[in-house]
Amino acid sequence: MTAEDWQAGGFGLYIHWPFCLSKCPYCDFNSHVAATIDMAAWQRAYLSEIRRIGTETGPRTVNTVFFGGGTPSLMAPDLVAAILETVRATWPCANDMEVTLEANPGSVEAGRFRGYRDAGVTRVSLGVQALNDADLRRLGRLHSTAEARAAFDVARSTFERVSFDLIYARQGQTPADWQAELGEALAMAADHLSLYQLTIEPGTAFGDRHARGLLRGLPDDDRAADLFTATQEICAAAGLPAYEVSNHARPGAESRHNMIYWRYGDYAGIGPGAHGRLTLGGQRWATETPLSPSSWLAQVAQTGRGETPRTVLNPREQAAEYLLMGLRLVEGLSVARYERLGQEQIDPGKVADLEQLGLLEHHAGILRATAAGRAVLNAVIRELLPD
Amino acid sequence: MTELSQIRNFSIVAHIDHGKSTLADRLIQLTGTVAERDMKEQLLDSMDIERERGITIKANTVRIEYPAKDGKTYVLNLIDTPGHVDFAYEVSRSMRAVEGSLLVVDATQGVEAQTLANVYTALDADHEIVPVLNKIDLPAAEPARVAEQIEDVIGIDASNAIQISAKTGLGIPDVLEAIVTRLPPPHEGDATKPLKALLVDSYYDPYLGVVVLVRIIDGVLRKGDRIRMMRTGGTYGVDRIGVFRPAMQDIAELGPGEIGFLTASIKLVRDTRVGDTITTERKGIETPLPGFKPSIPVVFCGLFPVDANEFEDLREAIEKLALNDASFTYEMETSAALGFGFRCGFLGLLHLEVVRDRLEREYGIDLITTAPSVIYHVYMRDGTMMELHNPADMPDLTLVDHIEEPRIRATILVPDDFLGDILKLCQDRRGEQLDLTYAGSRAMVVYDLPLNEVVFDFYDRLKSVTKGYASFDYQMAGYREDYLVKMQILVNDEPVDALSTMVHRDRAEMRGRAMVEKLKELIPRHMFKIPVQAAIGGRVIARETIAALRKDVTAKCYGGDATRKRKLLDKQKAGKKKMRQFGKVEIPQQAFINALKMDG
Ligand SMILES: Nc1nc2c(ncn2[C@@H]2O[C@H](COP(=O)(O)OP(=O)(O)OP(=O)(O)O)[C@@H](O)[C@H]2O)c(=O)[nH]1
Ligand SMILES: C[S@@+](CC[C@H](N)C(=O)[O-])C[C@H]1O[C@@H](n2cnc3c(N)ncnc32)[C@H](O)[C@@H]1O
Ligand code: SF4
Ligand SMILES: [Mg+2]
Repeated sequence: MTAEDWQAGGFGLYIHWPFCLSKCPYCDFNSHVAATIDMAAWQRAYLSEIRRIGTETGPRTVNTVFFGGGTPSLMAPDLVAAILETVRATWPCANDMEVTLEANPGSVEAGRFRGYRDAGVTRVSLGVQALNDADLRRLGRLHSTAEARAAFDVARSTFERVSFDLIYARQGQTPADWQAELGEALAMAADHLSLYQLTIEPGTAFGDRHARGLLRGLPDDDRAADLFTATQEICAAAGLPAYEVSNHARPGAESRHNMIYWRYGDYAGIGPGAHGRLTLGGQRWATETPLSPSSWLAQVAQTGRGETPRTVLNPREQAAEYLLMGLRLVEGLSVARYERLGQEQIDPGKVADLEQLGLLEHHAGILRATAAGRAVLNAVIRELLPD
Repeated sequence: MTELSQIRNFSIVAHIDHGKSTLADRLIQLTGTVAERDMKEQLLDSMDIERERGITIKANTVRIEYPAKDGKTYVLNLIDTPGHVDFAYEVSRSMRAVEGSLLVVDATQGVEAQTLANVYTALDADHEIVPVLNKIDLPAAEPARVAEQIEDVIGIDASNAIQISAKTGLGIPDVLEAIVTRLPPPHEGDATKPLKALLVDSYYDPYLGVVVLVRIIDGVLRKGDRIRMMRTGGTYGVDRIGVFRPAMQDIAELGPGEIGFLTASIKLVRDTRVGDTITTERKGIETPLPGFKPSIPVVFCGLFPVDANEFEDLREAIEKLALNDASFTYEMETSAALGFGFRCGFLGLLHLEVVRDRLEREYGIDLITTAPSVIYHVYMRDGTMMELHNPADMPDLTLVDHIEEPRIRATILVPDDFLGDILKLCQDRRGEQLDLTYAGSRAMVVYDLPLNEVVFDFYDRLKSVTKGYASFDYQMAGYREDYLVKMQILVNDEPVDALSTMVHRDRAEMRGRAMVEKLKELIPRHMFKIPVQAAIGGRVIARETIAALRKDVTAKCYGGDATRKRKLLDKQKAGKKKMRQFGKVEIPQQAFINALKMDG
């Protein structure tokens, strides 16, 4: 049997935990604050979904598992253990399977780290967001810088691999402020950093404030571009070059799970609001699940299927997804694979124009965005997508 | 059929926003024409654009029935008209179908330029005029002073002007009574004579086809009659007859003096021409009515479909829309950059924008509108003269002897306090003062101005420098030679014909700078930097640079974002299609008109 396209990216599981202690004002993720959570019911639902999807995919090697949220560090370690046990019973797993859990850097969470490790978690990603208390408060975070540093230390001594997230291009943040803060972050010697420019999402508290003109001091596009460039340079110099638009790692320490997305592999999305891409019977399906935690839970319990109707992705859609994911990576994408997926040629004239502008490189069958190209990637992709 | 003596036909006229449509609401409401639950403000402003902009664009006819104090029930046909200068043709045409006018004057504002203009048109149509002072519910209302002003400025008797509030309903019964007692019934009309009817207006209805608004002069129109359009020669069998209340209501027949609609499976939109006379196919009348004075478009621009494949759809849409807008003209045009389209003529910039909007909304066609222009007379060395509607067609300068441009006589009414601003504005626009008189604390200034300095944004500027207190009306006043040149706009070093304009040489630098600055705002940043230049005959007189895009990327994009991101990009891609490509640069549709609107 010839290899299927997804195998170029691998196969992973994404498990969504939709609860948080409070809602951050910038966040548009599917996260909810709940008074009580029936852990047993959630466990039943997750296990049942894992088994259902296992039946559909049949045996294939699981490379990665990712617990995302919400705040997965609110999950009981036992629940995480039960899920991972069921995963192992359902699929063959890679020897070096990467199991990441997103954690908020509070002291309570840190207390559970050992339990997560024993359950099989190999990597944590900490939502540090800022290394300055005033900004942490403005971002609506419940932790302090000191707590974040302490949680990071616990994580370092518990897990082999630790990453953390920072949000920059914040209100009133000067280039000098950010460079200093980034320097501190790099000094903490994580092997992976996710550095996101603050995005104002409609429908969030920040979104509303912004629409009413009350969110002052955000950098304009030119200043944001300067911050982005500086970030690339500083991280590269510190040995953590960008490997994706917002992600930096010591070579070899990249998030393997996220690489599956960007290399356009297959992933099962489990839990409320989780999306998946699954190749089944020679077709690539886009799967989605009910957004609301209670509907998802009820639907799984009642019908044994926590999904909304799935759709088949046509060649053009698959190629578009591969392009918009793959160009985020510094390694770029394979033109041959793109053209095989989309069953049409990439426009050589457009590629040449973008190369001319220094935004794209086309070499040995690989198409990659330059650092300048990654800063305007949406425009580059719009240009490349067929009309 | 209604006795002539029990019919009153009238138009409601006023300066913009003085409350015509609101008065129409009250008349409709008080006579119980529309059920209370179906009433809404400015009921007759039914088009989306009318409701959004809060102004009337199309005249609307409604038949109401009023039991008067004399014990008889009268049939009243009211026509609500638009107030903005650009739609003056709707007003003058409507007036030809009726015998009287309610002249509404806002008692807080007083006489404005359109009040004057409307009175002249009404007198021209031999109308009886009943002045109505509106908005007396407002504390700022000064009905006595305004009545005096009406007598001073307009010279009509305002001693028995009716004081009303169209908003609260105060005084409306008096208006109804005055319509019956002070406006005349139709002057003539004989049911036994052959059919003679005036084609007042028409529109295209997707279900009914062409709907024609008629005013019967003589004879009786019945369903099943065979009719003939006297000018176009088309003959039809009448399918349906009725009146607007304001919903369509079928009736058996329309007699002399009555106003109503007919449908007759009219396929050829071209066969219906406003002002035409309708008679019976056989034994009809010989001489048609004089018809309407044609409207003279003063602003021209090219309309091109964004998607070149939609040209035929655009043609059909334009034909249908023209049916409903007699003041709009069109002819086919081709352009190297834009392909097939139409060169269209309008009564002003608002008119242009309204037509473009209606084509886009009602017919779903995305349009590119080229920079508007007036008509220049280009006199050639060989003694011939060419009418230049489109600066892109400007002949080689070595062949040109001289160029003349259209001028207008503008009448502006303005409170004293703002007179200085107005004089400065007119002076800046190359105006020559003809007259300056006072009526109370208001000045009436008359200026001779070049039309091309007025047409694009003068009205907006006038309103902004006077905080809305000045009003303006104009008539064409012939052509005059001046030092005019063609100014080209180069985007990314390529000339964009659709942005070429004619300008006065002395104003060229200023206009050039304003245009490139505007374009810098209007053209989105691209992945490369774009020089935007204004040039005269190859010499650059102004330039700006649109910096290259530096940041446009989604910070976070994981598995769950793939679908959303793909759909977003698809949408943006579709949005790009709404821009036309000039060289490598995409210029948004709106840029072509907006580039000409000056801020100063
Ligand atoms: N206070 C007050 N407001 C009024 C009265 N009559 C009309 N208005 C308001 O004046 C504004 C303009 O009214 P319209 O009836 O649309 O005026 P119009 O003359 O039909 O305007 P155009 O058709 O655009 O020329 C609206 O906001 C009305 O609510 C009135 O008697 N009193
Ligand atoms: C969905 S959160 C989950 C992790 C965890 N709940 C937390 O907040 O620490 C993943 C990361 O996305 C980033 N993020 C969320 N909303 C963002 C926004 N509006 N702009 C930029 N980054 C954002 C934050 O850095 C956050 O750590
Ligand atoms: S940012 Fe993280 S902690 Fe905050 S609401 Fe979103 S998911 Fe929850
Ligand atoms: Mg109105």
